[in-house]
Amino acid sequence: MTLLDIQDFSLTVAGRDILKSLSLTVAPGRIVALVGASGSGKSMTALSVLGLAPPGARIRGSIRLGGRELTSLSDREMDAVRGRDVGLVFQEPMTALNPVLSIGAQVAETVRVHTAASRAEAARIADAILTRVGLPADRFPRSRRPHELSGGQRQRVAIAAALALRPKLLIADEPTTALDVTTQARILDLLVDLVRRDGLGLLLISHDLALVAGVADQVVVLHQGEVVEAGSPATVFNTPQHPYTRRLLAATEPVRRQPAPPPPGQPSSLAAPLLVARGIVRDYPLPRASWWGKATHLRAVDQASLAIHRGESVGIVGESGSGKSTLLRTLLAADAPQGGEVRLLGQPWSAATEAARRPLRRHVQMVFQDPVGSFDPRWRVERLVAEPLALLDPPPGAAERRRRMEDLLVQVGLAPEDADRHPHEFSGGQRQRIAIARALAVSPDLIAFDEATSALDVLTRAQILDLLADLSQRLGLAYLVVSHDLAVVRALTDRVLVMQGGRVVEEGPTLEVLNRPRHPYTTSLLAATPTLAGTQVA
Amino acid sequence: MTVMITLEATPDGAEHRSRALAAGLLLTGLVVGAALLSLVWTPYDPTAINVAGRLAAPSAAHWFGTDAYGRDVFSHVLAGAQSALAVALAAVGVGLAAGVPLGLLAAARRGWVDEVTMRASDIVFAFPALVTAVLIAALCGPGAVDAIAAIGLFNIPVFAKVTRAAAQGVWARDYTLAARLAGKGGGRISVEHVLPNIAGLLLVQATIQLSLGIIADAGLSFVGLGTQAPRPSWGRLLADSQTLAGQAPWLVLFPGLAVLAAVLGFNLLGEGLRARLDLKRGLFARRGR
Repeated sequence: MTLLDIQDFSLTVAGRDILKSLSLTVAPGRIVALVGASGSGKSMTALSVLGLAPPGARIRGSIRLGGRELTSLSDREMDAVRGRDVGLVFQEPMTALNPVLSIGAQVAETVRVHTAASRAEAARIADAILTRVGLPADRFPRSRRPHELSGGQRQRVAIAAALALRPKLLIADEPTTALDVTTQARILDLLVDLVRRDGLGLLLISHDLALVAGVADQVVVLHQGEVVEAGSPATVFNTPQHPYTRRLLAATEPVRRQPAPPPPGQPSSLAAPLLVARGIVRDYPLPRASWWGKATHLRAVDQASLAIHRGESVGIVGESGSGKSTLLRTLLAADAPQGGEVRLLGQPWSAATEAARRPLRRHVQMVFQDPVGSFDPRWRVERLVAEPLALLDPPPGAAERRRRMEDLLVQVGLAPEDADRHPHEFSGGQRQRIAIARALAVSPDLIAFDEATSALDVLTRAQILDLLADLSQRLGLAYLVVSHDLAVVRALTDRVLVMQGGRVVEEGPTLEVLNRPRHPYTTSLLAATPTLAGTQVA
Repeated sequence: MTVMITLEATPDGAEHRSRALAAGLLLTGLVVGAALLSLVWTPYDPTAINVAGRLAAPSAAHWFGTDAYGRDVFSHVLAGAQSALAVALAAVGVGLAAGVPLGLLAAARRGWVDEVTMRASDIVFAFPALVTAVLIAALCGPGAVDAIAAIGLFNIPVFAKVTRAAAQGVWARDYTLAARLAGKGGGRISVEHVLPNIAGLLLVQATIQLSLGIIADAGLSFVGLGTQAPRPSWGRLLADSQTLAGQAPWLVLFPGLAVLAAVLGFNLLGEGLRARLDLKRGLFARRGR
């Protein structure tokens, strides 16, 4: 018996074919994964099932849920289907939850909207479901608000809200993309458990093949609105038929390029390091308990040390809250450490005044995680890329600046004409290219990346990684790569530091650490990271 | 990949806001037009006394009637727009000129600078504008400058707080850190990144402060602390005629309507502009797919 049955479904919006005769079925107790890159039509499929296709969309084909045709239902009839028959879980739990409602009320509200349950009854149902998703009442009082929970716990609340009415089908749209690997593994376990024990049907939408490889019963690969391949994970991943599937697979586990040959002269490890940090300590003040209470603080980084040599690529891995981003900010002298010292090119860096640091700033640049927030929305690309040029002595004139900037844009795979556009006119991958061009503008020795690829899908991620490998080889750049994505660290770095609770718990050559971890925390990080290797054995 | 499900504002809501903007522009246009017109022409000299024609009801000769001294109320209301606008604009200017830099400084420096600026703002807030005006009048004598100083002083913490809150939002964005890594200091980042991104919000706040300024000016001149005779002023026209309201209601009606038009106009303008800005932010929010 099938639960969801999509047959020959096409969707056209404003003359563009978004979905082309898509067919897929989900049975109770089964997990069907819908995979593809950004813009492949994955999310549009989910919205179509919920009757939320954009206004003015033309629809052909059929979507049946439990034998009932959905495409012919009125909006009012669809309202009853949404929530009651189909539950939906989004990527970002913080925006899906109402920040002023307690978690108990959040879930109970859904119950009361759709059923005649009394207030007390709804609260009881909500309590039972929250317990089911792993939030027992004794540890997570129902009066908690979303902001008091971690990302993974918030996603559990969102799942509870989606399940409140006991729907038969759950649609999860990138449910773990905003979470770090260990949390991701726990949320996936929960979803699998719900399917296996409660007989739910799950349509899991993701761009991450490795992630779905371990859990899905069936994989459907979507490319430009068309199903190009479907089958069991073992078949699809071991013997991919379609070239697009092969591209996705290759992008999922990027391979390490040959490390750059050491610059002529002495071996790089003997030369003075580019950047050295010794015993870095960073404390965040916590709010005082009362006006006269003792000032307390949170130790975000505890006695961290590291050195980066010319042309070397160093990674820092760890889950959210491990202190890796805080350490990075200290290394860039954006914040002052409470203990320890950072030196750049053998000169005082963290201990120097900003005026003394200024001539050194051009040696270190940074690429940020969020390709939206790292650009002033009012500035054009030309001004954005040229902003750091003020660090050069003397700063280039207008004509020289323009020529240089067009050069940089071409170097990162953009067109010179892009200089006159605004950042919001670009895709996420293109914006990261602009960020890289900006970082390159002052010919730095070291570029730091803070989760620079985590907002991108696998294909775009692979392209950016290729670009970075190419640039480091041609320009002899050193990289500092902060990421929770072990695939990125594996592909890009020579040496890696593993951080947990503000401390560096393991350090060594990347392949050695990732293949033969010594610290238990590294082992657990690796175990939580989904890989394609598992399917190949199965 | 995610598709943002944007719940589009109902057409009614959008229409309502664009109507607010249109009505606001119309009313403020009327008030500004009256002030400009009175610079070059009024039907009568607004200060000319004509005891014979006192307390005349509205007629073709005197549209809004005449007051106890036989002055033409229409001319007086037209000319009164001048002082009302001048005082409110100058007071907003004072607030912007002092409050915005203070707010930017507090957001850029944080720590004790922030603390001192904000607590000082709270202290100024604690004094009602009227009490401040009485104080200043006692020191320098009543007049338009007294009103500007009192209202302007009150505007400074308003703009300082609004600027600081909005600037903190901008400072939380990565692009300010990026600018620091590009070697820019707090001052330059405040001017190049922060100020342009909060300018729209300040404009909206300025229109709201303008409407408050007009009420405050009317109130101050009502109690004799604002613009002094014989210069025309709405508040004093109301004060002069309060005992005659039963006998000659037009004396209260028309200056009252003028104050209402100005206040309502600037408020609607602010609301309409705010909606426009949200729309613009929406454009930027639609970032890529």
